[in-house]
Amino acid sequence: MGPLVPFIISEEFNLVVALIAGIGFGFILEQAGFSSTKKLVGLFYGYDFTVLKVFFTAGVTAMIGVLLFGHIGILDLSVIYINPTFLTSAIVGGVIMGAGFIIGGFCPGTSIVAASVGKLDGLAFVFGGFLGVLAFSVGFPYLEELYYANAQGPVIISDKLGISKMLFAFALTAVAFAAFYFTGKIEDRVNNVKQPIPKQTFNRYAISMGLAFVLLGMMAITPDYEQLLQSRIARAEQQKKCVFYEVSAEKLAFEIANNHYKVNVIDVRSPEEFEEYHIPLAINIPLEEILDRKWERYFKQTIKPNYFYAESDTIVKKACLLARFVGDSENYILRESVSQFEAMFQNPQPPPAYASKQEFNTYNFRKEVAYKMENLVEALKNINQPIVQEPIKIQGGCS
Amino acid sequence: MKSKPYMNPYLAGVFLGLILLGTIYVTGRGLGASGAVKSFVANGIAEVAPEYTRQNSFISSYINDRPNGPLQDWLVIQVLGVIIGAFISGVLSNRLKLKLERGPRITNNTRIVAAIIGGLLFGFGSQLGRGCTSGSALSGMAVMSFGGIITMLAIFGSGYGLAYFFKKLWLK
Repeated sequence: MGPLVPFIISEEFNLVVALIAGIGFGFILEQAGFSSTKKLVGLFYGYDFTVLKVFFTAGVTAMIGVLLFGHIGILDLSVIYINPTFLTSAIVGGVIMGAGFIIGGFCPGTSIVAASVGKLDGLAFVFGGFLGVLAFSVGFPYLEELYYANAQGPVIISDKLGISKMLFAFALTAVAFAAFYFTGKIEDRVNNVKQPIPKQTFNRYAISMGLAFVLLGMMAITPDYEQLLQSRIARAEQQKKCVFYEVSAEKLAFEIANNHYKVNVIDVRSPEEFEEYHIPLAINIPLEEILDRKWERYFKQTIKPNYFYAESDTIVKKACLLARFVGDSENYILRESVSQFEAMFQNPQPPPAYASKQEFNTYNFRKEVAYKMENLVEALKNINQPIVQEPIKIQGGCS
Repeated sequence: MKSKPYMNPYLAGVFLGLILLGTIYVTGRGLGASGAVKSFVANGIAEVAPEYTRQNSFISSYINDRPNGPLQDWLVIQVLGVIIGAFISGVLSNRLKLKLERGPRITNNTRIVAAIIGGLLFGFGSQLGRGCTSGSALSGMAVMSFGGIITMLAIFGSGYGLAYFFKKLWLK
């Protein structure tokens, strides 16, 4: 599941990715004509809308792609970088940038592209860019208030508007296509020419537009990856088809006491319940968090079997099913509830003197195991913390 | 030799969108440009005036987040790629040429001064808006960021609003 950095691709190799992405970015910008300032400002005077066409097409393509990847479960949309919203500075900064655009004839990316193919005005713009960033950095103490005003965090526009992501994507795509049509008309009028679109090209446009809407429509009517997973679980539960490998409390306690390094004992209750009492050496992965990537390494491995437990039977089964669908680990569930386990192994009570030999054996076994587990907890206090993959803080944007 | 015509804008847009999508898929972040400038500026200030840097939270927090310097900054490397990519494209399409493009009514000097002022404003605005056309507007649109889309509307809205006043720079 993406993003591949940092779990699959290391931070160091990420820099190679940056170089490759940059080469593609620069190549396409130059091919599209963005190294020419006349082409860029044409947008504002109506004689050349190339910028709008390239920009909008790229935005819509990437947006649909991101939605699609999230929908089929190959990209974790909850961790990708969403530019945070600081409303005041976004507007004021945007207005200043607009002024820079119309006066200088470039934006930072395109000025670098222009300078790379020998445009001296592009180079001058880059130089100005350095001065601007320097001015802002030095003047920051005076701008700080404006910079942080109206902070709203990384909000998504569809949430802001109170509509679904799909609906927004539909609307934006439709707006983009309408804009392409009308700007074409404006271009023709301003330039006093009529440029008919060749039939073959027209067909290609129609197919691409159709494809965009078909993809969006498919996403709107089919369940996404997580819904699919949940419905599979619900179905498996309903049909009672699923075989759970149960272990008894005795067996689990024995494994913990003697082979603690070979097993993962996973408490799927809430952190509060876990805090109150948990099976020795267990780690806490609440049911809702099982699909989180930070726990991935417990489920995508075949070395250590996982033993799930909770208070209720259905929760533990659900957890086990989730684990089975997301990974390939060997999964077991504890037959007893956690309170039964507690009663058996937390200070086991000696049986009355007249009890049978078997009862004494059981008692001795439990006492011994409980003692061992207690010692282990003490000995492993520091090294048995669960391995959480560092929550990734992806930096992005230009800031 | 004549330079080759530009690529169809929609085709270029689709390619650009796919590159952006690939970048988001692999790295979880979008593309950018102005951040690379910031990396050099911030590291430059920190190098020249370490005492001052500690007082300026804008620079010091940036430096603290990226202790490895500009040469290991993602955006700096990406912009290096942009330079290489644009250069390759220029070579392949015969557009590599030292040249100054300007409107017909202004002198070369005016054009250079306007480009520097424009760059200055854009650089300044991109810090306030936390990203430029690439990092904030385009990448923001791909992930449906509210702030990114607002910035985009502000950039183009202001461009259109001011276009009339700077007509002389560009039109006959």
